[in-house]
Amino acid sequence: MSPKNGSNAAAAVLEPAPAKPGKRFPLRLEYDSSRTRSPWWSPILSVILALLLCAIFIAANGMSPVTVYEKMFKGAFGTSYGFTETMVKAIPLLLCGLGIAVAYRISVWNIGAEGQLTVGAMAATAVTIYFPDLPSFWSITLMLVFGVMAGALWGLMTAIPRTHFGVNELITSLMLNYVALLALDYVVFGPWKDPKGFNFPGSPMFTAAQSLPVLGTTRLHIGLIFGLVAVVIYYLMVKFTRWGYELRLIGANPTAARYAGIHIKRHIIIVMLISGGLAGIAGMAEVSGVTHKLMQGISPGYGYTAIIVAWLAKLNPLGLIITSVLFGGLIVGGYSVQTIGLPSSISEMLQGSILFFLIAGDMIHRFRVRRSV
Amino acid sequence: MDFTTQLLIAAISAGTPLLLATLGGILNERAGIIQLGAEGLMLMGAVTTCIVYIRSGNLLLALLTAIAVTAVLGMVHSFLCVTLRANQTMSGLAMTLFGSGLSAYLGKSISGLPLPGTSPKLNLSWLNGIPVIGDIFGRMDYLTWFSLLLVLVLHLLIHHTSWGLHLRAVGDSPATADVMGIRVQLIRYSYVTAGAALIGLAGADMVLAYAPTWNEGLTAGRGWIAVGLVIFARWNPLRALFCAYFFGALDSLGFRIQLLGSVVPSYFLKMIPYIVTILVLMYLGYRNRNKPSGTPESLGTPYVREQRF
Repeated sequence: MSPKNGSNAAAAVLEPAPAKPGKRFPLRLEYDSSRTRSPWWSPILSVILALLLCAIFIAANGMSPVTVYEKMFKGAFGTSYGFTETMVKAIPLLLCGLGIAVAYRISVWNIGAEGQLTVGAMAATAVTIYFPDLPSFWSITLMLVFGVMAGALWGLMTAIPRTHFGVNELITSLMLNYVALLALDYVVFGPWKDPKGFNFPGSPMFTAAQSLPVLGTTRLHIGLIFGLVAVVIYYLMVKFTRWGYELRLIGANPTAARYAGIHIKRHIIIVMLISGGLAGIAGMAEVSGVTHKLMQGISPGYGYTAIIVAWLAKLNPLGLIITSVLFGGLIVGGYSVQTIGLPSSISEMLQGSILFFLIAGDMIHRFRVRRSV
Repeated sequence: MDFTTQLLIAAISAGTPLLLATLGGILNERAGIIQLGAEGLMLMGAVTTCIVYIRSGNLLLALLTAIAVTAVLGMVHSFLCVTLRANQTMSGLAMTLFGSGLSAYLGKSISGLPLPGTSPKLNLSWLNGIPVIGDIFGRMDYLTWFSLLLVLVLHLLIHHTSWGLHLRAVGDSPATADVMGIRVQLIRYSYVTAGAALIGLAGADMVLAYAPTWNEGLTAGRGWIAVGLVIFARWNPLRALFCAYFFGALDSLGFRIQLLGSVVPSYFLKMIPYIVTILVLMYLGYRNRNKPSGTPESLGTPYVREQRF
């Protein structure tokens, strides 16, 4: 073994050192970069490991992890109220996650879904404020159109600096999140504040004509259909259209795609418009279907959670549906532990650690144990 | 004190955490590893400082714990990115999400409690006679002096020592560095860990010198601004000093305009640093469109020995 290898512990264990006769250790790890498909069990394993890791922190806080997780699970899936709440939270996650997945297909790291959702919600509320007396159909349609356009515009403001000025889209999209949240604060405390709202920051309540239809007596609204339709369209577009083929080509090998004459810049702009537009729909559905008014904290970090939803689903349409329900449950479960005196940020902590284990797991499985000859 | 002097003082106070985080980011990225977890690391640094300082009353212990905790997180990042060759963007995002969740969880019990003290100040009373300089430098705290010293040390380290040459070689061309006998993995591990610890110290400075109590999401995107500042500063510690103070000035300018009784709502003034970040990055991108940007050439690509490119 060369002195260079021996002196670096990490390298010594993991580097495929040149096979030499008479090695001391019979087994070695070999890196196989061709194994790009990660196994189906890696998302499941990462969820389990994340639960174990966070159990340590919960136990360190003097609580029993079993009690806490039981509480979270029962809160999210145990009752019919909890389950519909989980589905309500899954809707924005599905829409934002889908948008993020479209962008990630060609390695455009949009982390601005939070801001795009916020401006979508604001644009939909603007419709209720400036056109208060429209009939139900027109009101909802106009809110949807405005929400999509606002979200897409926010996406475009990330795409143009990337394509024409070479600015990293991660920074731009994140800065725009803060701008959107400050703009939201401005309108709910300022011009759109409900004069009859007892000085509470928020827009006036929407009328029935401005609210999305709900399922029976639950809070589950028709936004679920938007999400499912969008997933089906995504699947068909990526699978069967020329656009989807080009997207897959760029995702697989950007250099080859460029030589094949594909306009990568145009694709970046298109995916960011779609990505922002879908988050805009999520924002519109939140105000129109759930809160029925614009207020602070319209999103408890849906845009960030959706990043993990998309990544955990491996950008796969069916996977997106499953993971958004799972993470909807995580958010609802996070709320339900508040009754036993724990902060709901426990769900954020779980989300971050799931992502850690997921990206580690994806890479670990590329290492193979080989008997050295 | 006139308005400009006050603004300068405020700019330095608001700019110091940005400076420390930017320097940490420069160390990470010079070694070729993207650190997008800055926001989470700053939050973890801030919350650890608060918890230990409030519980023990010992400032030094609090700072050391903050550095240790964030260094461990930096090691996790390097393990994922260097050894496992995982996606550096995703690892950084995970760090930010995990850091903001864990800091909110840990900080729940001390949220809103006042710290026992602030960062101690170095009293240079002989400077007080001089008008502007005395006001600015006469009573700066130790962490600010430390950050200024660090700018100098890192500048000399990166550009004028063989260690810095090795660091730059690892960030630009790890394969060549490896052939030359430089331990690529070891250097990446050490600088990513050290950089993360510096970002953690930036979080500590936030609570000690800028915001006096812990609140959830206290950094409000300053970690991300620091990620942008690394690019403005073109991976250069001396430029980082000016960029960080410029942003510190922008940050406090909004607040000061508000105090002067401006008609512009404060929400728009608070947007200034974020919007300026985007605009400056766009300007730099436009100006340097045909020039090398100073990015370490293998930034973001894991190094695999014996792999052909």
